[in-house]
Amino acid sequence: MIELTGVRKSFGHTAVLKGITASVEKGEVVCIIGPSGSGKSTILRCINGLESYDSGDIRVKGAKVDRDAASIVAIRTQVSMVFQRFNLFPHRTALENVIEGPLFVKQEPRAMALERGRALLAQVGLADKADARPQQLSGGQQQRVAIARALAMQPEAILFDEPTSALDPELVGDVLAVMRKLADDGMTMLVVTHEMGFARDVADRVLFIDGGIIVEQGPAPAMLNQPQHPRTQDFLRRVLHPL
Amino acid sequence: MGPEGAGRLMVKFWHDAVEFLPILLNGVALTIIVTIGSLVLSTILGMVWALMRVSGIGLLAGLSAALINVIRGIPIIVLLFYLYFVMPDLGVTLTALQAAILGLGIAYSAYQAENFRAGIEAIDKGQIEAAQAIGMGWWLTMRRVVLPQAVRIVLPPYGNVMIMMLKDSSQASTITVAELALQGKLIASSTFKNTSVFTMVALMYLTMSIPLILLVRHFEKRAGRP
Repeated sequence: MIELTGVRKSFGHTAVLKGITASVEKGEVVCIIGPSGSGKSTILRCINGLESYDSGDIRVKGAKVDRDAASIVAIRTQVSMVFQRFNLFPHRTALENVIEGPLFVKQEPRAMALERGRALLAQVGLADKADARPQQLSGGQQQRVAIARALAMQPEAILFDEPTSALDPELVGDVLAVMRKLADDGMTMLVVTHEMGFARDVADRVLFIDGGIIVEQGPAPAMLNQPQHPRTQDFLRRVLHPL
Repeated sequence: MGPEGAGRLMVKFWHDAVEFLPILLNGVALTIIVTIGSLVLSTILGMVWALMRVSGIGLLAGLSAALINVIRGIPIIVLLFYLYFVMPDLGVTLTALQAAILGLGIAYSAYQAENFRAGIEAIDKGQIEAAQAIGMGWWLTMRRVVLPQAVRIVLPPYGNVMIMMLKDSSQASTITVAELALQGKLIASSTFKNTSVFTMVALMYLTMSIPLILLVRHFEKRAGRP
């Protein structure tokens, strides 16, 4: 469903992605782990065209991702994104955030968008917060609204860019629970995360990225429990046993 | 001057005020027309320059930057003379009022544009990315996400521009628009009652400014809130 072939990307003289080849199948949950600055987020941002890439090929359902082509709009409505810092629209209520895309991008009838928007807020446990503004919500609630906003586009896949990294620890669980439910329902998900518990329990596959390349990848529990590459072993030891 | 003299002066002032008020009010009407007309024009033009500037299209951005600098570099009074006295030579004849509104509108569009651009660029980049990520194009992102948030940032300086435009509308007097300042000058030079007339003119500008000053204060309070 999402295919990357030899993707390279530099910011100025700094090579961030040095030939990434990977794919995500329909219904699959793939977690990307790795140290910060390793290019994890850049991969997601290239897939929905928030960043351009220098060479290689990215395809979503066979269509080439080119951020300067008109086709990027169709790709973005098929592949939603959830951001680390939520990026909800502060001047709109939770419900308005959710229906913004359906109303103005997909031009759905208002009644239909509203009905589905309310259902989606209920799905992420925020039925009673429809009229709240983002600044009245906790970080965890904001991120769940952001997930509802992503789902409102009825995407084929969702990209999660460190969705719990900006949250207070006690709020992480609610967001992960919503994501776990999505995975159980068969949503295709590509998740950049530091939550190793989530990766182990929910992911089908894990990619370990360091220095702009995929160092190691494999089925989730096996790879996290018995990493083969010394860099993966070192990273996991630091993350799981920081003291 | 003893208290008696001051009292006599006040009586004289009130007498003059009652006599000149109707003529000066005609001037006020024109002042308001010039101010509102040029405010609307400068807002529209300023918005166009600002959107060109942030369009990401090099040619449009460059054109806008050049235009803004040219406009900023010409005194308002020269712009007015150009529109009123030079344009007829080029076959475009404007009434004094038209030239005044056009001149002030163009002159202030440069400041409006820079204000609008600052407001647009102050919006968090994450907002634009969130809009793009749900498939919004450039214009939809502007209209639905960036501009509604930029308005709060832009309003306080916009209010200050309104006050400046009200006062600068007096420059229209140089091309024969009989607004408040010119009406005052005409009365003063025919009656020699300089003190009464110009005190009244000053008070009338102040009276029109005060609601705008209060409006700016309201905008500033609102912009400070999350």
